[in-house]
Amino acid sequence: MSLQVSDLRVYYRTLAGDVKALDGATFSIADKEIMGLAGESGCGKSTLGNSLIRLDGRMKYVAGSVKLDNNELPIWDNSAMNEFRYRDVSVIPQYAMSAMNPTRKIGKMTAELLESRGESFAEIRPELLRRIDLVGLQRDVLSRYPIELSGGMKQRMVMVLSTLLDPSLLIADEITSALDVSTQRAVAETLVSFRDHGFVKSMIVITHDVSILYQTADTILVMYAGKLAEKAPTKTIIQDPRHPYTRMLISSLPEVGIRYANKKLSGIPGSPPSLLNPPTGCRFRARCPLAFDKCAEEPPFVKIARDHDVACWKATGSDA
Amino acid sequence: MLSFNRVSKFYKVGTFGGKELAAVRDVSFDVNEGEVVSLIGESGSGKTTIGKMALKLIEISRGSITCDGADVAAIRGGAVKSYYRHVQGVFQDPFSSYNPIFKADRVFAMIRSEYFADMARSEWDDKVDAALRSVTLEPGQVLNKYPHQLSGGQLQRLLVARALLLDLKILVADEIISMLDASTRIDVLNMLAELKGRGMGILFITHDLSLGNYISEKTVILRRGVVVEMGATDKVFGNPTHPYTKILISSVPQLHKKWADVEAEIRARGGDDAGVCLYHRFYRPMAQVADGPDDRPAMLKVEDDHYVGCFELGQGVCKV
Repeated sequence: MSLQVSDLRVYYRTLAGDVKALDGATFSIADKEIMGLAGESGCGKSTLGNSLIRLDGRMKYVAGSVKLDNNELPIWDNSAMNEFRYRDVSVIPQYAMSAMNPTRKIGKMTAELLESRGESFAEIRPELLRRIDLVGLQRDVLSRYPIELSGGMKQRMVMVLSTLLDPSLLIADEITSALDVSTQRAVAETLVSFRDHGFVKSMIVITHDVSILYQTADTILVMYAGKLAEKAPTKTIIQDPRHPYTRMLISSLPEVGIRYANKKLSGIPGSPPSLLNPPTGCRFRARCPLAFDKCAEEPPFVKIARDHDVACWKATGSDA
Repeated sequence: MLSFNRVSKFYKVGTFGGKELAAVRDVSFDVNEGEVVSLIGESGSGKTTIGKMALKLIEISRGSITCDGADVAAIRGGAVKSYYRHVQGVFQDPFSSYNPIFKADRVFAMIRSEYFADMARSEWDDKVDAALRSVTLEPGQVLNKYPHQLSGGQLQRLLVARALLLDLKILVADEIISMLDASTRIDVLNMLAELKGRGMGILFITHDLSLGNYISEKTVILRRGVVVEMGATDKVFGNPTHPYTKILISSVPQLHKKWADVEAEIRARGGDDAGVCLYHRFYRPMAQVADGPDDRPAMLKVEDDHYVGCFELGQGVCKV
C-alpha cells in the first residue's frame, strides 16, 4: 500500500462557521495505482488533494491520519511537511500553465527549485533532458521563458518538473480541464506514461470529467458533499456502479454517438447541500430516487465486493 | 434564416496595427428554423468570432451575414434594436454576465424598459413566469436573488429566459455549457433541444464534440478560422473525412471505448489511406492550389449534406 488515508477531516474556517469540505475519508492507494477522484464542484475533491500536500491558511486539520509508504505524513504541520513535499508527495497544480516563474528562464528556475531541495542541478540535468525528450519538448526549452511556450507545452514542462525527484505520490488537480481535446489527450497519456516509466509510484487524478478518468485511471473514487460515495476499479464504476449518485452522474454524460433524438439523457435534479451545516444521514438523500427511511442514518463506507466500497444502504443490501 | 456567406474577419495586430491576423476565413453556412448548428473548434479557431459577428458585436471584414434576407452589417440606428428582438446571445461565464451588485432578475427589467415599456405589470409578470418555466426554472427560486445566491446552471438558464422574453428566432449559445457541472450540463442541453423543437434556430458554439453530437442537426468543424468539414451531424461523426476531424474525434475521451480502440476503428474504416483526405486522393492531382486566400479549393461534396475542405499541410498561404 502506497498511501493510506484514514478518517481524514479537513474543514474551512469561515465567519459563519466551519465548512465541512472533507468529512471523514478513508481509502488506500496501491503501488502503481492511478486513482481518479471525481465529483461535482464543491464536493471536496480538491480539498482532499490539497490536504495531502499543503493545507492553506483557511483550511483546518480536524482529524485523521495519512500514511505514505508506512510513514505518517504530518499534514497538520506546515513546516514538518516540507521534508516530504516534492520528494515524496508532489503536485501538478490546477493552473499549471501559470505555475512557472515568468521572470526566470525555465532552466534557471529548475536549478533554483532543485537547489532549494538540496539537490544538484548538474547531477539531475541528464535525467531532466531525457524526460524533456520523452514528453516531446525541445531541449532548448530550458533556455526559454515560460511566455515563449504554448499552454500545452507549459503543462508538459510543469509535469516534468513536478515529477523530477520521482515522488511516491503525485496529485494532478484538474490538469486537463482547460485544454483542447487533442492536447487533453496528450497530457492524459503523458500522465499514464510517467507511471509506466516509474517516475511516480502512485497518482491521484482529480477531475470532474469522468470520461478522462475512464481513459487514464485504474480505480475511481467518487465523492459527494465531502463524503466518499463509491470506490471501485474504473471498469466497475462505469459499467456497474452501485451508488445511486454514481449511476446518475454517469448516465448524465453525453458521449459521441448519443443523440438527443434517439436517447434523451437526464441530469440530477436539485443541488448539493450546503457543507456549513450538512444534513444528517446520507447527504445525497434529498436528491436520491431510492431514498427510504434508513437513509436518515449515515451509511458507512463498506466493502460490497473485492476492491469495491460503497456508502449506500441500498447497495449494501441492508434495505430491509 | 441566419445565413453566413463567405464571411471573413481580420484583426489588426502588431505595432500600429501593421499586421493582419485572419481569425475567420471564408466561412459559409446556414442556421435554419428549428435547427441546432454546432460550431466546433479548438481555442483560436475563430468560433467565438463568428458568433460575435452574428450578434453585431464586431464588424464583418469581408462577406456578409444575412438574417431573413436582410444584411446584418447594414442594420443601423433604430433597426438594431429590432434585430436584437430576434437574435440574442448567451455566453460562457454566467458569473461575469451579471452585475454582482444588482439582483439577477434585473436583466429582465432591462428588457422590459427597452422593449415592453408600455406593457401592464401583471401581463409582464406572466410573461416572465412563462419564460422561466420554459427553461425549467421555478420562478420563486430564482427571482429576487443576487447572482451569488444562484448556481451557474440557474444563471445560465436565466440568461436564456431573458432572451426568450423577446420574439426570438436565433440564439447564439457560446460555450454555455462548459462552466457548468456534469450533473446540470445535461439539463441545459435538453432545454436547448426543447427550444429547437419550438422552431428556434440555435448556433451552438463549443469545443466539446460530444455535446455538439448530442443536440445538433448540423456540424461545422473549424480549424484556424477555416471550415474543414461540415454537414449533417451523423455524417460528420459517422464518416469523418478530413484528417483533422479524425484527430479530434479520436481524441475525445469516451466512456466505453479507450483511445486506442477508437483509433483502430477509424483506421479500419479508412482502409490503407487513413490520414489522407478525399480531397488529396481525388482532387489534388487535378487542381493546383494558388497562393491567394480566395483561390483555395471550395468545400467539396463527399456525400449528400457532407462537405470537406482540405489543404495540404504547410502549403500555400493558409498554413493550415
